[in-house]
Amino acid sequence: MTVTELVSYEAALAGYDPVMGLEVHVELGTKTKMFCGCSTELGAEPNSQTCPTCLGLPGSLPVVNAIGIESAIKIGLALNCEIAEWCRFARKNYFYPDMPKNFQTSQYDEPIAFNGHLDVQLEDGEIFRVEIERAHMEEDTGKSTHVGGATGRIHGASHSLLDYNRAGIPLIEIVTKPITGAGERAPEVAKAYVAELRELIKALGVSEARMEMGQMRCDVNLSLMPKGSTTFGTRSETKNVNSLRSVERAARFEIQRHAAVLESGGTIVQETRHFHEEDGSTTAGRIKDNAEDYRYFPEPDLVPVAPAREWVEELRTTLPELPRLRRNRLREEWGVSEHDMQSILNAGAVELIVATIGAGAPSDQARKWWMGELARNANESGRALDELPITPEQVARVAALVASGDLNDKLARQVIEGVLAGEGDPDTVVDKRGLKVVSDEGALGTAVDEAIAGNAGIADKIRGGKVAAVGALVGAVMKATRGQADAARVKELILEKLGVSEG
Amino acid sequence: MTDIIKLTAAEIAAKIAAGELTAVAVTEAHLARIDAVDEKVHAFLHIDREGALAQARAVDAKRAAGEKLGPLAGVPLALKDIFTTEGVPTTVGSKILEGWIPPYDATLTRKLKEADVVILGKTNMDEFAMGSSTENSAYGPTGNPWDLTRIPGGSGGGSSAALAAYQAPLAIGTDTGGSIRQPASVTGTVGVKPTYGGVSRYGMVAFSSSLDQGGPCARTVLDAALLHEVIAGHDPLDSTSIDAPVPPVVEAARNGSVAGMRVGVVKQFRGEHYQAGVMQRFDEAVTLLKELGAEIVEVDCPSFDLALSAYYLIAPSECSSNLARFDAMRYGLRVGDDGTKSAEDVTALTREAGFGDEVKRRIMLGTYALSSGYYDAYYGSAQKVRTLIKQDFDTSFEQVDVIVSPTTPTTAFPIGERADDPMAMYLADLCTIPTNLAGNAAMSLPCGLAPEDNLPVGLQIIAPAMKDDRLYQVGAAVEAAFVEKWGHPLLEEAPSL
Repeated sequence: MTVTELVSYEAALAGYDPVMGLEVHVELGTKTKMFCGCSTELGAEPNSQTCPTCLGLPGSLPVVNAIGIESAIKIGLALNCEIAEWCRFARKNYFYPDMPKNFQTSQYDEPIAFNGHLDVQLEDGEIFRVEIERAHMEEDTGKSTHVGGATGRIHGASHSLLDYNRAGIPLIEIVTKPITGAGERAPEVAKAYVAELRELIKALGVSEARMEMGQMRCDVNLSLMPKGSTTFGTRSETKNVNSLRSVERAARFEIQRHAAVLESGGTIVQETRHFHEEDGSTTAGRIKDNAEDYRYFPEPDLVPVAPAREWVEELRTTLPELPRLRRNRLREEWGVSEHDMQSILNAGAVELIVATIGAGAPSDQARKWWMGELARNANESGRALDELPITPEQVARVAALVASGDLNDKLARQVIEGVLAGEGDPDTVVDKRGLKVVSDEGALGTAVDEAIAGNAGIADKIRGGKVAAVGALVGAVMKATRGQADAARVKELILEKLGVSEG
Repeated sequence: MTDIIKLTAAEIAAKIAAGELTAVAVTEAHLARIDAVDEKVHAFLHIDREGALAQARAVDAKRAAGEKLGPLAGVPLALKDIFTTEGVPTTVGSKILEGWIPPYDATLTRKLKEADVVILGKTNMDEFAMGSSTENSAYGPTGNPWDLTRIPGGSGGGSSAALAAYQAPLAIGTDTGGSIRQPASVTGTVGVKPTYGGVSRYGMVAFSSSLDQGGPCARTVLDAALLHEVIAGHDPLDSTSIDAPVPPVVEAARNGSVAGMRVGVVKQFRGEHYQAGVMQRFDEAVTLLKELGAEIVEVDCPSFDLALSAYYLIAPSECSSNLARFDAMRYGLRVGDDGTKSAEDVTALTREAGFGDEVKRRIMLGTYALSSGYYDAYYGSAQKVRTLIKQDFDTSFEQVDVIVSPTTPTTAFPIGERADDPMAMYLADLCTIPTNLAGNAAMSLPCGLAPEDNLPVGLQIIAPAMKDDRLYQVGAAVEAAFVEKWGHPLLEEAPSL
């Protein structure tokens, strides 16, 4: 069966309850790899960040990165997990060319953190508790690039290139317990969970968790059980779903696909699925029958990890405010709706706005610039907000110039544009472009006189009481001053000259 | 020239320090000896003539400049081909690494170089250290200098043969189940398996990570101690390396004594598998210990009967994983890469062609033992036995300071005799394996020739973990007493090659 006519989402949910399991891999932001001293910097020449250990050369041995352990414990604590008093690494044995030792150093039945939970907030404010099974430490593999095929997958490729720079980069794998009871909101819960986890990881400072750069990768396991049943169905494992939106879409698609298969009397095959960004569909990958045997055993080259309780408690005291709680606090401080807050979050603007406020801008101004002009620019240039070449301090400075009347909105936008174009800081752009509001009465007066003289008809109407027509004259003045005039002042001057008073 | 090669490492170092010999002359003498006899012995897989002479010249230059020399400066050494040597081939006795030139030095190699030890070359071994005869080398067997038709022990047969053939006064071995001690035993030389974690494993190609331990080989107890001190010590690159001071092995070797010591004899190390002449020499050694003032105590170690079985689950399990990296992708042999085959096929063809039978046998055994559904019964049970063996040692060491036993149940057997009988081959390690499973230290030193075949018999001394110095204290006393009794070191009785 290659193509399945999907069942509508509503119909699927009418007959079945979805059960989800989410597995998230987070690349830690340590300076060096998990088991050797090689740099983890992204974007280097292929295989330039390797050594005997991460290449798996004969004779080489691993040594655990202490910061990796610390990061894992912090994540575990933030997820309300118990932290193992004693645990070991284990070897997960399987052959693949991008895995230098042909086993992955991971953890098996003794994870560093287990039995936790993460409360996530859905868009309407409802809190949903996701139970955490475990968080364990492991190393990343190298990267294969398959060349010569049409799809970039290994099928049809003429040869493959291997880059081991990524091999050995520390990963934390966070596995949920089966998520039940979410019903039709399952895809939303999945998305909210991954979003919350990402915020948490960032707040802990253990990774930048950029999904688009593969620093955080998600597998969505999903099964359906008939409504009223408590026996889980067979699951599919959709691998490498790498954006928040995709997590939601993948879960949704699988719910509809499973329902279609089950409704037509078929059975779900336990298999991995590939997710396709283009249309949000999934296609079959490897069959996961029980023949898959990783022959786990405790890694004899590493000594057990036994974090001292005092150290764990000390780390607990360093945990930051949970992102959800912080977000709610900020939302109240800023006086915005749940919906607006969600938009701010989705845009990745929370920290930037906080920093802009910290640099002296009023919160509404900070929000206005980041969610308006700057969000638009980021969107158009395909960058993340925090990748724009403008700092929160610079945005705060622009807001200050507006507040003091030195700039109006239109000019302020030009200043922002200048900063983004690399013309310098806001004050420099103002100077270079000559963007100060013209409030020099002499210069303005001349422009006003010229506007009245050039629009005698309109001036007469105003004199005759049609005060609303003043807008046309203001427009003419603004045009003449290339937008640099203070529009409110212009209006006052015109009315004054025409001897009319407002209202 | 003949005189130089018969000198001990301590004597050579003293003569170089005193200016009576140059390191270059010493190196040249040994290289000449290798040229003369290695065609027959085949102890070496690779001779690093240039590297050795360069190192020797550097030692002579240091001395000429008045720099202080280390206790083994200028002394030649034969290095088992399992340690990586930057720029010098490392094959581990396997076709799969033929032609591989490591880009880095093992920690042990580095320490030897820093101590100005002259590395003559790399010695032959059973492929990946799997074997007790060196017959499993992909590059052909090594002969025992006592009788070239017999095995020199294994896996470190090249190192022990090099010592017995006077090709080098020092050698390095590795001991996973007896690969230092059994070769020492059957060649009439001295070999020590230090406490697990005593010598860094970084750069030592892994067979079974939790059992492998590099160690010193020599013709005298003192030479072994001097080498032990050079190679031992904590290494931040090896997580399992012990972060504690090296036991005072040289001091112990210089002050041999057993007076007042309690020496254990294991009840279980006796029976049908043991050659009569071996037991005779062992019993005489026990009598000698008593004469020297030791108290002999029988210790009961019932779980030792399970040691061989446990070993042949744990070692193959770890090896099945350790050897997975030989996949033709990054280094070593590559077979079938004709542009039409998948990476998977190339890996399979390479492993098929590159690994020998014994290696394949153990990979299969280990893969099976770790399989889901079998793990608990095999690997899991073996780990429990390991704990029991450790407990037997612990209990014994409450009663005695050291334990003695024959090192191996028989003298050197003829090449080919056990090659097709793995079980018979595995029995060679009956007395040495418990120490690897428990992680403590042991030595083998000569205790005479078996009357029935005039071949060397080894006495094994076993000490608790991190009490390696006791091996040398007891070993030095036994060695001195035997040499006095025989009128010369045992090796003098070996036929000249």
